[in-house]
Amino acid sequence: MEELCVVGKPIPKLDAVDKATGRALYIHDIRIPGMLYGKILYSKYPHARIAHIDVSKAKKLPGVRAVLTAQDIPPFKFGFYKDNTPLKGGKVRSYRDEVAAVAAIDPDIAQEALDLIQVHYEALPAVFDPEEAMKEGAPLVHEENRSNILKLPWKMHFGDVEEARRKAKYVVEDRLRVTWVTHCCMATSGCIAMFDASQNLTVYSNTQIPSLAQRDYLEALEAMGLKGKRVRIIKACIGGAFGSKLDTYPYEYIAILLAHATGKPVRIVFDRKEEFVATSGRQPAIIDISQGCDENGRLLFRDVRMILDNGAYTSWGATTPSVMMMPISSLYRVPNVRYEAICVYTNNTYSQAMRGYGNPQATFAIESSMDRLAQEMGMDRVEFRLLNANGPGEVTPQGFRITTCGLKECIEEVRRRLDWGGPKEKGEGVGIACLIHVGGGARVYKSDGCGTIMKMDDFGKVDVFTGATDMGQGADTVIAQVVAEELGVRIEDVKVIHTDTDVCPWDVGAHASRTTFVACNSALGAARKIKERLLELASRQMGEPPEMLSIKDGEVFCKDAPEKRLEIGKILRKAHFSQGGQMLMADFFYDPANENLDKSFRGNLSMTYTFGAHGVRVKVDEETGKVKVLKYVAAHDVGRAINPLLLEGQVYGGALMGIGYALTEQLILEKGEVMNPNFRDYKILTAKDAVPIETYIVETMDKDGPFGAKGIGEPGCVPTAPAIANAIWDAVGVRLRELPMTPERVLAAIKEKRANSG
Amino acid sequence: MARRISFLLNGELVEMEVEDHWTLLHLLREELGLTGTKEGCGSGECGACTVLVDGMAVNSCLFLAADLDGKEVLTIEGLAAPDGTLHPLQRAFIENGAIQCGFCTPGMILSAKALLDENPNPTEEEIRHALAGNLCRCTGYLQIFRAVADAARRISQEPIEVFPRRTD
Repeated sequence: MEELCVVGKPIPKLDAVDKATGRALYIHDIRIPGMLYGKILYSKYPHARIAHIDVSKAKKLPGVRAVLTAQDIPPFKFGFYKDNTPLKGGKVRSYRDEVAAVAAIDPDIAQEALDLIQVHYEALPAVFDPEEAMKEGAPLVHEENRSNILKLPWKMHFGDVEEARRKAKYVVEDRLRVTWVTHCCMATSGCIAMFDASQNLTVYSNTQIPSLAQRDYLEALEAMGLKGKRVRIIKACIGGAFGSKLDTYPYEYIAILLAHATGKPVRIVFDRKEEFVATSGRQPAIIDISQGCDENGRLLFRDVRMILDNGAYTSWGATTPSVMMMPISSLYRVPNVRYEAICVYTNNTYSQAMRGYGNPQATFAIESSMDRLAQEMGMDRVEFRLLNANGPGEVTPQGFRITTCGLKECIEEVRRRLDWGGPKEKGEGVGIACLIHVGGGARVYKSDGCGTIMKMDDFGKVDVFTGATDMGQGADTVIAQVVAEELGVRIEDVKVIHTDTDVCPWDVGAHASRTTFVACNSALGAARKIKERLLELASRQMGEPPEMLSIKDGEVFCKDAPEKRLEIGKILRKAHFSQGGQMLMADFFYDPANENLDKSFRGNLSMTYTFGAHGVRVKVDEETGKVKVLKYVAAHDVGRAINPLLLEGQVYGGALMGIGYALTEQLILEKGEVMNPNFRDYKILTAKDAVPIETYIVETMDKDGPFGAKGIGEPGCVPTAPAIANAIWDAVGVRLRELPMTPERVLAAIKEKRANSG
Repeated sequence: MARRISFLLNGELVEMEVEDHWTLLHLLREELGLTGTKEGCGSGECGACTVLVDGMAVNSCLFLAADLDGKEVLTIEGLAAPDGTLHPLQRAFIENGAIQCGFCTPGMILSAKALLDENPNPTEEEIRHALAGNLCRCTGYLQIFRAVADAARRISQEPIEVFPRRTD
């Protein structure tokens, strides 16, 4: 194999020095001269008519520059289902509904102005349980729809599940529940909106989807009567995203409206309570699953039905069933699969994308059920999984064409490291769960593309303008690595610019673990063009044919006479400062050859799929119900580790987020109100709780991946909860079917088991 | 009400009027433009705003600016040497992959500095304890623990000047 100089090396994240010295600027750190501070008044009811709003006192407060309610803004709707508005008129449908907004010269005055706004509500009957909301006569969240059930097409059926159920020797059925959790980015959300003299809009943002947000804002401008204007998005350093910034939120439109009303830059930055209450997390679900296998343990069918709490408005949460289909149809070889999901409006907060995008919820059900089925037929749980594991060359019922697949190797390594079948102390247990995820982009829009513009200056320094977004995961660094590798320059000579839609090309967004695969392939395309032209220039100057030349450490050299070499900068300066001068610039748009799902939800969604297995050893305290993770092994097929240091960080961070999902995290909603909007009561794991996670990386060198790589952003948090549930079962013989698996729930299950056996 | 205070900020003497209700976090970020100190929650739960006051790690969002009189403050901007040479903790965080989104990093590094100043050779359990008040959502903490242990090794090999801890 060709020796690589930069790819495969543990190179520190390129912006780490700025972040370690306090130089990195987040949205909170940016100040624009003349900037005003915007604040939002939220609803006091989960469901109510707005009878009257009096803003007169707020408007009179010195320092207030604008007060807006729904009456003051043009009617326009946004979101996946076009059911959301920046400020709510007529009625409120959840506690997070935005009723009014102010802009003032400082944040304290803005807050004081909010307190002066008087809103008279007439409370309406509300509904918080999706099963209640589905019933005839339930209060309607959006009357115009005449039902709380969203008209969405989430139904798939491949093979014949009923026939397979009849043939199955062993069948298990379960109902599981997963609840609201939220991203908890360490930096809260925010933006700054400003207009220039020609009414073109600039937004300082921390979005994961600059190109799509640009389109959303353009629609808003059009509704405001500003047709044909430009929108520029400048990304500040993003203080964590995990899916939270994959859609545009009301606060962004409110900032735009306030900026337009005042003619000044307007900043809205959330406080921590707002971050918990007014951003959108992972959607809760009630999951019914049944699976069956033949007498030898071969899976025959999988049948899943879900009810998802959509909340009061519709964001990407309502589309997560399209991703849940992936593990349901394609995790393990299962010939007959059926899935149906219903999304139901309630007067709760609304849900969005969060790392894994439905996959952790679906995998919790599938992998809990896999354990039950193995238990039912009396087969070892690892052997059962190995028997049914996916392999290379397989086409799944949904039409996914699996190219590379290291699943079996992952399972076997987890088994070995966990000492599966070895001695256990009382209360100890081991569990395993596997995952499939898209690893080569995901064609959920009409384009899954990413553009790159590249230039090389007179000194051999490279600027890469990419559509990709870095939000801490390391997109900047891996793109620089593949470019440096391809061009034969040092990583220090590559700068990746990903922060400004005025100079960066289009990209569909940082979702679906697609950035390493798609953005690096895009950057490689541009780098190859630059390299070809560089070698042509060198060939003329060195008098050697291009195919005999190679580049390393910033120098072009002759392959069969390495002493014959020329520094890249010299070649470029000579080409530039000659008659008919040339400079090296290139562009490339990479759109993977993956497929949109068709009407029956078949199609090769991704160029390649990523696999993994997580194993865990727990100890359950039978007196308190507390679960302690003793050992955690995360094995992942990543295609190729472009940067092992950043890769480990993705797996560690994902797995710990997954352990939080499994054991501690829950946004507690009491009649639609968030009862724990702070880090004391919403328990993300701390340094004290951190689990020693062992990673095992399988490199399957995917033919389509950049240097063989697949995506790894989301997989780390996918199989965690079921692995732990399966270990708890092994430890104390109780099956936890609801997340999070708190000590109370574990203890209740233990007591129930004792009562039943006594 | 305003009052006049003087304090050492990153080694330099500052004399200024502060309002009684200002927090140290407000003073640093809004009045002095030192935005390296981050606000993650504003209520002492996340540790993103950690700075050192007389060598002790404090949540600057809970510390009144007026109480700074006569004290010395170290923020992330003052940690590297004046010539730009990074502190061993900064280098170790960078090289061990302890930084992803980076929002918790300044506070995390300063909590780690308070630990190493007091305990130059901490166990992993002591590191976990010292960082328990600094939340991180990206890294899973493991690379942060490695970075702190690595920095401890580096510091023991190349002694550097540290802020003296007041004993009164």
